[in-house]
Amino acid sequence: MTKRPTLFSLILSMPLLVWQLMFFLSPLLFLVTISFWTVRNFQMQPDLSFANWGRILTRGVFWDAYLRTMVLATAAAAITSMIAFPASYAISFKMSEKAKRWIIFVLIIPFFTSYLVRVYSLQVFLSDAGVVNAALGYLGLGPFSMLNNAFGIIVGMITLTLPLVILLQTFSLNFVNRDLIEAAQNLRCGRLRTVFAVIVPSAKVGLVIAALFAFILSFGDFVSPLYLGGGNPPTLSIMITDITKSGQQWPRAAVVAIMMIITLLTVAFAAITYAYRERGK
Amino acid sequence: MGNENRIINGLLKLHIAFCLLFIFAPIAGSFVFSLNSDRFPSLPLGEFSTEWYRLIWEDSLVWQGFANTLVVGVTVAIIATLLGFGGAYTDFRYNFIGKSFYLALALLPPTIPVVILGLAMLAFLSRVNLSGSTISVIIAHGVMCSPFAMAIIRLRLSQMDPDLEAASWNMGGNQWQTLCFVIIPFAKPAIFAALFITMAVSFDEFAVAWFVSGLNETLPVKILGFLQGQVSPRINAIGSLAFLSSMTLIILAQLLLRSPEETKS
Repeated sequence: MTKRPTLFSLILSMPLLVWQLMFFLSPLLFLVTISFWTVRNFQMQPDLSFANWGRILTRGVFWDAYLRTMVLATAAAAITSMIAFPASYAISFKMSEKAKRWIIFVLIIPFFTSYLVRVYSLQVFLSDAGVVNAALGYLGLGPFSMLNNAFGIIVGMITLTLPLVILLQTFSLNFVNRDLIEAAQNLRCGRLRTVFAVIVPSAKVGLVIAALFAFILSFGDFVSPLYLGGGNPPTLSIMITDITKSGQQWPRAAVVAIMMIITLLTVAFAAITYAYRERGK
Repeated sequence: MGNENRIINGLLKLHIAFCLLFIFAPIAGSFVFSLNSDRFPSLPLGEFSTEWYRLIWEDSLVWQGFANTLVVGVTVAIIATLLGFGGAYTDFRYNFIGKSFYLALALLPPTIPVVILGLAMLAFLSRVNLSGSTISVIIAHGVMCSPFAMAIIRLRLSQMDPDLEAASWNMGGNQWQTLCFVIIPFAKPAIFAALFITMAVSFDEFAVAWFVSGLNETLPVKILGFLQGQVSPRINAIGSLAFLSSMTLIILAQLLLRSPEETKS
């Protein structure tokens, strides 16, 4: 359709465009702008200064936090994907249509629960005298220290991402051509080999995208690192909230935020390129 | 497939059960702890108690937060659904140069980490003197929720027979009449589902709201405050109530989406 836009089409399409330009794109562009501003007397002033960039990027604290956040998010994405895959496989290949619909509904529920409340509840489960250690105590094990360390953070991140990863993996596995599997089995391909030589390659795009989402969510999460990891040493998101909430040094927080966005875009680009490469080979 | 292996299938089922336990234990735990007298619950559990519910019932700050949440949630639901409907219909009906930019702008907000969105919104809104008000939360949540509304309504529109619109035009209906008498009635279940789901999303969103809300905190931001202060099982009580209200909205939305024929009338 190459007609000139009618009033009708403009009235329907423009509000969303205007809203997202004004309140989504502008704030993000403004964030880039203020990273070059300076702060004097607790006031931000328009400027074109690279001082904030220099200050953040030359500090070991920032790069330590950067590395820590990368490692945590990568580990969380990998572990979540590995935990999710057998479940998604079973849901997609072993369940009746009705059971599938039910379990998908059940997996959507966590999105509408407060992540904060879940993390608070996890604190109670994981604390030194908490539910998990008490249960392990009956078996004569523990107590294990599960809070204020990487373990706690990763458990929190898995809680956040597991339902989404299972759902995305299940959808991609649903699109795997069932004839391929039958063909593989007719050719006496073993069960495990069918999974790794037929199913995983055919669902590769979806599996990679599921892991990518887990990475994005974990990378930006500040609740688990703060309340399950103790917040110290900080991750990048904690740095942003600390800098923002403790004063007017928003330009520096903006630098951290832009570094995060650049990282996420790079990782997303790499993951999607990888997902679509060698497909059909 | 004849060579099904019982043991492997059993293990797979066990694994699903394990995943569900892992996902739902914190949610169920929060319910149990909210009705438990212990401040630091552990095993064995303490006595049954409604103390925490009484405390939040009597807390005027909680009521204030609840009122803010409700105002924001309802307003956001209406705005996001209107914007989302326009976007979904635009995507359904029109092709134009820059459509991929339009769609990216419309659908990308949920992929931006909330801390970054929160900081960007705070900096931007305080520049235009809108931060620290309920309006700023509404603006931020409008951005975050409209993609959900758009996706839900777009899915419903894709189930529509494209000839329906053409038929309406052939019978002399103009675009507005077609919209009001054909498309909106067809999309009605999805429109209501979008209202409920965006409201539920707004009810639970705390991070961006925390950045921009100032003193007009919504309930989830209050919970964040509780978490930073003293440990208090009041969080569980508020969380359980919030969960019940969100679930009611989701189930209503599900019912609408699942049996559109009965609710069409």
